[in-house]
Amino acid sequence: MKLLLQNAHIEGIRFYDAYRKNGGYQSVEKAFKMSTDAIVEEVKKSGLRGRGGAGFPTGMKWSFLAKPEGVPRHLVCNADESEPGTFKDRYLMEFLPHLLIEGLIVSSYALGSNATYIYIRGEYAWITDILEQAIAEAKQNGWLGKNILGSGFDCEIYVHRGAGAYICGEETALIESLEGKRGNPRLKPPFPAIQGVWMRPTVVNNVETLAAIVPIINMGGEEYAKIGVGRSTGTKLLSVCGNVNKPGVYEIDMTISVEEFIYSDKYCGGIPNGKRLKACIPGGSSVPIVPANLLFKTAKGETRMMNYESLSDGGFATGTMMGSGGFIVLDEDQCVVRHTMTLARFYNHESCGQCSPCREGTGWMYKILKNIENGQGKLSDIDLLWDIQRRIEGNTICPLGDAAAWPVAAAIRHFRDEFEWHVLNPEESQRRNYGIAHYADPLPMVGAV
Amino acid sequence: MSEVQNFKVTIDNITVEVAPGTTILNAARAIGGEVAPPAMCYYSKLKDSGGKCRTCLVEVSKGSEKDPRPMPKLVASCRTTVMDGMEVKNITSEKVLDARKGIVEMLLINHPLDCPVCDQAGECDLQNLSYEHGSEKTRYEFKRRTFEKEDIGPYIQLHMTRCIMCFRCVYTADQLTDKREHGILDRGDHAQISTLLGKSLDHDFIGNVIDVCPVGALTDKTFRFKNRVWFAKPVDAHRDCPTCKGKVRLWMRGEEVFRVTARKDEWGEVEDFICNDCRFHKKETKDWVIEGPSVVDRRSVIAQGHYQGKVGMVKEQPRLIDQVIGKAPKLLMDIHSISDVNRPDVDLSQIEGPAHSDDFE
Amino acid sequence: MSIKFSQEQLNKVQEVIARYPEGKQKSALIPLLHMAQDTFGGWLDAPVMDYVAELLHILPIEVYEVATFYSMFNTKPVGKHLLEVCRTGPCMLNGSDEIIDYIKSKLGINEGETTPDGLFTLKPVECLGACGYAPMMQLGKNFREHLTKEKVDALISELTAKAGN
Ligand SMILES: Cc1cc2nc3c(=O)[nH]c(=O)nc-3n(C[C@H](O)[C@H](O)[C@H](O)COP(=O)(O)O)c2cc1C
Ligand code: SF4
Ligand code: SF4
Ligand code: FES
Ligand code: FES
Repeated sequence: MKLLLQNAHIEGIRFYDAYRKNGGYQSVEKAFKMSTDAIVEEVKKSGLRGRGGAGFPTGMKWSFLAKPEGVPRHLVCNADESEPGTFKDRYLMEFLPHLLIEGLIVSSYALGSNATYIYIRGEYAWITDILEQAIAEAKQNGWLGKNILGSGFDCEIYVHRGAGAYICGEETALIESLEGKRGNPRLKPPFPAIQGVWMRPTVVNNVETLAAIVPIINMGGEEYAKIGVGRSTGTKLLSVCGNVNKPGVYEIDMTISVEEFIYSDKYCGGIPNGKRLKACIPGGSSVPIVPANLLFKTAKGETRMMNYESLSDGGFATGTMMGSGGFIVLDEDQCVVRHTMTLARFYNHESCGQCSPCREGTGWMYKILKNIENGQGKLSDIDLLWDIQRRIEGNTICPLGDAAAWPVAAAIRHFRDEFEWHVLNPEESQRRNYGIAHYADPLPMVGAV
Repeated sequence: MSEVQNFKVTIDNITVEVAPGTTILNAARAIGGEVAPPAMCYYSKLKDSGGKCRTCLVEVSKGSEKDPRPMPKLVASCRTTVMDGMEVKNITSEKVLDARKGIVEMLLINHPLDCPVCDQAGECDLQNLSYEHGSEKTRYEFKRRTFEKEDIGPYIQLHMTRCIMCFRCVYTADQLTDKREHGILDRGDHAQISTLLGKSLDHDFIGNVIDVCPVGALTDKTFRFKNRVWFAKPVDAHRDCPTCKGKVRLWMRGEEVFRVTARKDEWGEVEDFICNDCRFHKKETKDWVIEGPSVVDRRSVIAQGHYQGKVGMVKEQPRLIDQVIGKAPKLLMDIHSISDVNRPDVDLSQIEGPAHSDDFE
Repeated sequence: MSIKFSQEQLNKVQEVIARYPEGKQKSALIPLLHMAQDTFGGWLDAPVMDYVAELLHILPIEVYEVATFYSMFNTKPVGKHLLEVCRTGPCMLNGSDEIIDYIKSKLGINEGETTPDGLFTLKPVECLGACGYAPMMQLGKNFREHLTKEKVDALISELTAKAGN
């Protein structure tokens, strides 16, 4: 089932004419006939959960927005997309820029934002141009500017390009960055809904979340909620990378199993070169890595499905998270220690440095992992790593500390034998990989499903 | 005025009433003693300070009378306001003590082991903290991060290697001067305090960065016989100053004024910011009206040497020397027993130089 | 090089500032730093940052703080072409380490170094949001994806040839 990428293949859909011809901007026309409260109500009914990683219900978030008399409010679109494994927002913006613009206009109207900003990561330089062009087209055609469609509502959308900082995806760091400052996350409270950018009430939403507003308005919240299962409503974009035959961006309706997602030709198309699956990080680099045996079946023995609830079944002990939808697959020849080391290096590089556990702890973990990876580790290092991550988690200003701690914790939890092997076989571990070992059982047959 | 109903908050089983809007930390300070969490970055006189070092984390075991649910994570007491009926655990929480130990360790992994030669030795919040909450041995086996010492102007030296990124000096420059010239450059574990271009800090009140710095990262270049604060006696003094209130603390040995600082309260915060003129240029006894010996912070290591604890303390502190023996903390030295500097009968000119880290190997 | 934007650029500066509420012109800092870096030699020297501070009526230190925070701003000179190769997990799984090693040996430089002719700087970077098209590098405004040794060869010859003209 496709709602967002339905028209992605249409020639010229990146440009206004083709987009409009294929039903584009209808949701704006519909929304302007509704009251702003009614729109928020539809979004609530849809059950839409934030697609940026945290999965917070969007309608509820919108209803928290403070509306003090005479103070402007802002909607900010989070297009910072920097979590390793995640590149779905890029795809949306690159190929369907008008879908995002359309969602932004409806959302801005619902929230009363006359100046809406898209905060895009600095490296997506060419996408900035694509978006600016789409905005110009929308404006030419009367969808932006003053008194849009005679509704009395004014709206401008500006693209604000960052300059290389994962932390600016965190909403308060993003707000600081939008104010022209270092991307140091703010202490909460106050929450952005009360005092956000320029101390004005602000809603920050992910690109995909805002694009999903379009089908929600078009089909109605209740219809949208019928897609999917339980509290995982609607469709979700997944960006797949690592060792699969068909990496890329897929839209799923959250009712398929993980096994099907990996092995079916409709999606990832299995693992290349006839190799076996070793492990997977299904929701972007910060969510726990799970070995193959826990990926397809939960600890209770149920089939694991591609949705929020099922992926997190078992908690961190045996489960993982949907996160941002960055689906990273490791085949049997991959080294979990090395992979974890690169992630630790990433978080070390991206820590803003404000609070001590994250500033110091991320670097410490990286250095220890580097030692282990290079055959210079000690067995006690593994316990030390565990201890460091434990003392970072939950003790920092923003969730980047947790995001840095979880991958290390999960890797040790499930792959401790591989860490130990690295330490005990320093020379061999430089030459060959540990392989797949017991945790991959039971393995599906290649080409199954 | 007194219409506002005070909030009752219980910290480590001691209940106080405070005005709404008070932070947990300040409520705990109202109780005093060990109930007050250590604060390395918060500074009540600097707006927006706090929340960064995480040493003041506490457990909120009951949110409020209305919503008694505990808070899921430890919270920074310096930035969390109390609710009526809130219950907080500081030193009665295993979780807090464990987290704090971890944070102290993090603060120390890249901190130099040069306490014995550090200008701040004896009045360093980190030193005090590590000795109250840290473990004896570091588990960090890598090269420590180092920076070159830098003079930022004629009066202030920046020893970035010692900095713990509390941001206090930045807020000080922001809030006390009209033109901040130093700030935080780079990010993550490379972040540093700097002017970028080796500029000199120049403003009547910029000297206060020295007093707010919790460690020896910003020090007074005009301080004679640095790192011998051990035997300089603090006295309170004042003068009629056209720029500031002129209420200072002089650090003296005999008739000599070694340095001038602001007066600090029991939480190590200055009472009144002082101007550069008082701090850097008034180094004669005749410049000052001396009021008498200062009362020194109960947390300070110096307090152990010279003064009894303040009345009303929760617990008498054991003498430093008793605590150090047997613990052999690498970071803490007992300068009293090692260096002659603390022997008033020895003339300064006869002391070969300050103690050195090698002395403590 | 005199540090001054052209009139056209100055108009653009005003246009960017106007996107933000009045008095919040500091919000234009990052966009202006991008412009300045592109205009004045690919990096941000102190006088360039001072110039930006002047344009926005903010303190120079506020600019330094921001410029050193973001990884895309170079506060030291770099080669004409900055080869920014991603090496984070997903790219690593697809051989980014080999690509980096290959570039190193081909250009005879280490990570963070510039070739003697000033043409290339190699800078390993962290995830750029192209994980599904790994290995990859950022070159100027664009991404080069699905890298192979052959593609690296072709790219380097192309850029070297261009510089020769
Ligand atoms: C370190 C960190 C990085 C984040 N990066 C992103 C990001 O790149 N894109 C994004 O949409 N959300 C990101 N988030 C989540 C945002 O803080 C925020 O929850 C989200 O933008 C809210 O939008 P949503 O409710 O639509 O998901 C990040 C959070 C953290 C802690
Ligand atoms: S957790 Fe890390 S990134 Fe977040 S505020 Fe603290 S230092 Fe910065
Ligand atoms: S120099 Fe001192 S006051 Fe400034 S941030 Fe560092 S530790 Fe804090
Ligand atoms: S004093 Fe509260 S976090 Fe530093
Ligand atoms: S890991 Fe290289 S682009 Fe994401």
